[in-house]
Amino acid sequence: MARPAIELRGITKTFGSIVANQNIDLDVNYGEILSILGENGSGKTTLMNMISGIYFPDAGKILINGKEAVIRSPKDAFSHGIGMIHQHFKLVDVFSAAENIVLGHEEKRFHKKTITAEVKEICERYGFEVDPDKKIYEMSVSEKQTVEIIKVLYRGADILILDEPTAVLTPQETDKLFAVLRRMRDAGKAIIIITHKLHEVLSLSDRVAVLRKGEYVGTVKTAETDETALTEMMVGKKVSLNIERNAPKGMEKRLEVKGLTCFDREGAQILRDIGFTANGGEILGIAGIAGSGQRELLEAIAGLQKYQQGEILYFDPRTGKTESLKDKTPLQIRELGVRLSFVPEDRLGMGLVGNMDIVDNMMLRSYRGGKGAFLDRKKPKNLADEIIEELEVSTPGVHTQVRKLSGGNVQKVLVGREIAAAPTVFMAAYPVRGLDINSSYMIYNLLNRQKESGVAVIFVGEDLDVLIELCDRILVIGSGEITGTVDARHTTKEEIGLLMTRSVSSGPDAPETATTTEKEGDPQ
Amino acid sequence: MSDTTAPKKSETREPLFHIAKREEIVWWKAWLIRAAAIIASLAACAAISRFLGGIDPSSFFRSMLSGAFGTTRRIWKLFYELAILLCISLAVTPAFKMRFWNIGAEGQALIGGLATAACMYYFGGRIPTPLLFVVMIAASILAGMIWAVIPAVFKAFWNTNETLFTLMMNYVAIQLVTFMINFWVTSGSGTLPPMSEYALPTIGNAWILNIIVISVLTVAVYIYLRFSKHGYELSVVGESENTALYVGINVKKVIIRTMLLSGALCGVTGLLLVGGTDHTISASTVGGRGFTAIMVSWLGRFNPIFMVLTSFLLAFLGAGANQISNDYKMNGSISDIITAVILFFVIGCEFFIQYRIAFRKHGKEEK
Repeated sequence: MARPAIELRGITKTFGSIVANQNIDLDVNYGEILSILGENGSGKTTLMNMISGIYFPDAGKILINGKEAVIRSPKDAFSHGIGMIHQHFKLVDVFSAAENIVLGHEEKRFHKKTITAEVKEICERYGFEVDPDKKIYEMSVSEKQTVEIIKVLYRGADILILDEPTAVLTPQETDKLFAVLRRMRDAGKAIIIITHKLHEVLSLSDRVAVLRKGEYVGTVKTAETDETALTEMMVGKKVSLNIERNAPKGMEKRLEVKGLTCFDREGAQILRDIGFTANGGEILGIAGIAGSGQRELLEAIAGLQKYQQGEILYFDPRTGKTESLKDKTPLQIRELGVRLSFVPEDRLGMGLVGNMDIVDNMMLRSYRGGKGAFLDRKKPKNLADEIIEELEVSTPGVHTQVRKLSGGNVQKVLVGREIAAAPTVFMAAYPVRGLDINSSYMIYNLLNRQKESGVAVIFVGEDLDVLIELCDRILVIGSGEITGTVDARHTTKEEIGLLMTRSVSSGPDAPETATTTEKEGDPQ
Repeated sequence: MSDTTAPKKSETREPLFHIAKREEIVWWKAWLIRAAAIIASLAACAAISRFLGGIDPSSFFRSMLSGAFGTTRRIWKLFYELAILLCISLAVTPAFKMRFWNIGAEGQALIGGLATAACMYYFGGRIPTPLLFVVMIAASILAGMIWAVIPAVFKAFWNTNETLFTLMMNYVAIQLVTFMINFWVTSGSGTLPPMSEYALPTIGNAWILNIIVISVLTVAVYIYLRFSKHGYELSVVGESENTALYVGINVKKVIIRTMLLSGALCGVTGLLLVGGTDHTISASTVGGRGFTAIMVSWLGRFNPIFMVLTSFLLAFLGAGANQISNDYKMNGSISDIITAVILFFVIGCEFFIQYRIAFRKHGKEEK
C-alpha cells in the first residue's frame, strides 16, 4: 500500500491580482515519481516553492507523513525531509563537491575523510558519478546538478523536488539522471519532478499531475495516458502538434560567417573559428547546451559583439553586392541596407523596453525615421494595432506597458515588430522559451512563413525535437565551436546530443567526422 | 539533534500579516492614500507642536498658512521659491530618466551662479548692459554644462560611478566659490556686496521674470521628454542599455548629451539666483535646493507637470515652517522637524500605494 509523503489540501496562493495556485489538492507517495506537468505560468514552481518553504500559502494546508505541517522556510522544509533542487544551482564555485555538500549543515564538523566516505556511499547506492574533491567551477552543468542532488540526500531528504532538471542537460545526461531517479524511487523516496516536456513525463514518472492556469486539473497514471491526452489536459483543448515543413525553394546565399573567433573581457575564448552560411529560404537551426556561445554568435552577426578574428559577409539580394559586417555597429549595419531582424534571448532586457507601452516599443527600430526632432507615434500605433489583431496578442490596449503582458504576448509583440521590418535575415534565440503550446506553434508558423518568403532564418533552440521538426539544417555548437552540421530530415536526437558534448579541438580527427552528415544547400 | 526542535518552533510561529506587491491600483485610491497621508502628517505635526512646543494646533496651522499666503509679498515669494526649486528639479529630471543619478545639481547651479557673478564683477560697467546679459546667460549655461559633462564623460567612457562623481563635484564648486569671494573681497566682511546695477531686468517685481522663464522651461522639458526623439532615446537608455545598443542608439552620445542639458538647466538656475534675485553669490546661494530637487523629481515621477505639485508642497512647507519658528520664537530646528515629519508621511505613503498588507485569517492554520 502506498504511503503518502505529502498531501496538499486546498492550497491557494496569489500575487497581487494574479492567482498562481487555486485550491490545489495533490498527493505524493513514497516510492513513486510524480510529474507535475503544466505550461509556463500554470503555477508548478509556485506550488513547489510552497512545499520547500520559499513561499507561504495564503490558504490551505500541507500534510507531511499524515501530519499537518507549517513550512515557513527552507530550513523547516529540510527538517520535514523535503529537499528541492532548483533550476539555478546554489553552489559555491571555489569549494569542492564535498565542501558544498556539507555547507550549511551546522551539526557536523568538517572531517574530510568521513564526509568523502559518506558521499561515496550515497553515490554508490544510487549510481551517481562524482568526484568529491573536484571544485565546482571545474564541473559541467550535469555534475553540478549531481552535487545538488547529493547535497539534498546527504541531509537526509526523503522527498525530493526537482524543478525542470533536464532543461540544461543533453539527452545522454538526461538518461543518466533518470536512471538515478528510478533507483531513488526504488529505494523508497518520494520524487516530484516539474517539467513541461511530455516525452520525459511519459518515460520517467509513475503518475502525472496536471496544472492549468493555477488550477489542478487532475492526476493520471502514466501507463494509462499518452502525449495527446496530456496535452489536452494541459491546454484544455485539442491541439495539433505538427509543424508544417516545406522543402526549401529558391535558396540563395545570404549570410556567410568565416573563421569567427571571439574572446570576452577576461580573455576567455567564447567563439572559436565559427564558419557557416545561412541561405535565404531555409531555416538554419543552432543546437547546443545553453551557454555554448549561441548568444555571442547571434550578437556578433547583429553587430553587438566584437570579434577578434573572422568575418561576416552579407549578400544583398536586391543589389547583388557583398557587404562585410565586420566592426560595424547595429546602426551602421542598417545604414548599409542590411535588413536584419533579431529576436534576442532576453526579450525584456534587450528586445523590448518593459516599462514602455506597446506603441513606444513598436518604434524602437523606426523612431529615427521622419523629419524633425519630434516623434511620430501614428505609424507605430497602427503597427501595434495590426500586430495585436494578427497575432492575437491579448492586452488591455496599445498603451499597456509591455512588462505587464504575459510571456507569450511579449514575444508576439517582439516577433511581430521584427517581422514588420521586412527582414532578409531573421534571427531568433529561444523564441518559444516560456511560451504556452499555442503561442509556440504560432511562432513556428511565423518562422516558416518567413522562410517561404525567402528570408534566411536562423533559429537557436533548446528543444531538439522541435529543431529536428522545424529546421532544414542544424548547426551543432559546443563550447563555442561548431561540432557538426546535420540535415534535420535525416538526423536523430542522439546524434545531435553526441555532437553537443564533443570537443572539436581536443579530438584529432573530429572536424572531418563531424561534418560527414552535412548536406549543405541540398534541398531534398 | 537540533532537528527535532525546528518543526515544533515553526508550528507555533504563524505569520500575522504578510506584504504583497500590488499589481495595479486605481488612480483615485492612490490619491486617497496620499490625501490620508497628508492629513495624518498634519495631525502628527500638531501633536508634536503641542507636546514639544506647547503651541495650540489651530494657531499652529494658522501660522503655517500665513507663512505661505499671509501677504501678497509672501505669496509672490512662495511662487518664486516654487519656481526656483522646480527649475533645478527640471534640470535633474532628464538625467534621472536616463538612470544617471546626478546628485550634483547643487554644484552645477552654484558654478552657473559663479559664472554669472564673475561676468557682473568683471564686465559690469565695461560693456553695454544688454551685451552683459547675453554674456551672463552664455557663461552660466556653459559653466553648468562643463560641471555636468565631466562626470558624464567619465561615466560614458570608463563607467565610473556617477553618484559619487557628481557629489564630489559639489564640494569642488563650493570651495571654488569661497575662493573667488576671498579673491574679490579684500575687506574684512568676507561677503560680496550686491551688484544690483547689473542685475537682470525685472518686470513688475523681482520675482515675476523668474517665474515666467521657469514656466516656459517646464513646458519645454515636458515636451522634450515626452515627444522628442532625444527624450525617447534617453528613456530607452535608462530602461535598458542593452536594448539601446540593440536598436543602435549611441549610448555614450546620449549620456553626454543629456548631461549637457541637465547642466545647462542647472546653469540657468544659477543665473536666475544670482543675476535675478540675489545679485551676489555665497557658498550657500543654492541653499541645498540641488538636493531637494532629487526629491521633487522622484515624487513627481519624473513628470514635469506633477513636479509643479511636488515643488509647491516643498515650497509651502519651507515657508510655513519658517513662519512657525518666527512666530513662536523658536530656533530653525522646529521648521526642520515639521518638514521632516510631513515628508516622512508623504514619502512613506508611496509604500502603501505599491504594496498591500494582508492580515492572516485566524483559526485556519491553528490546531
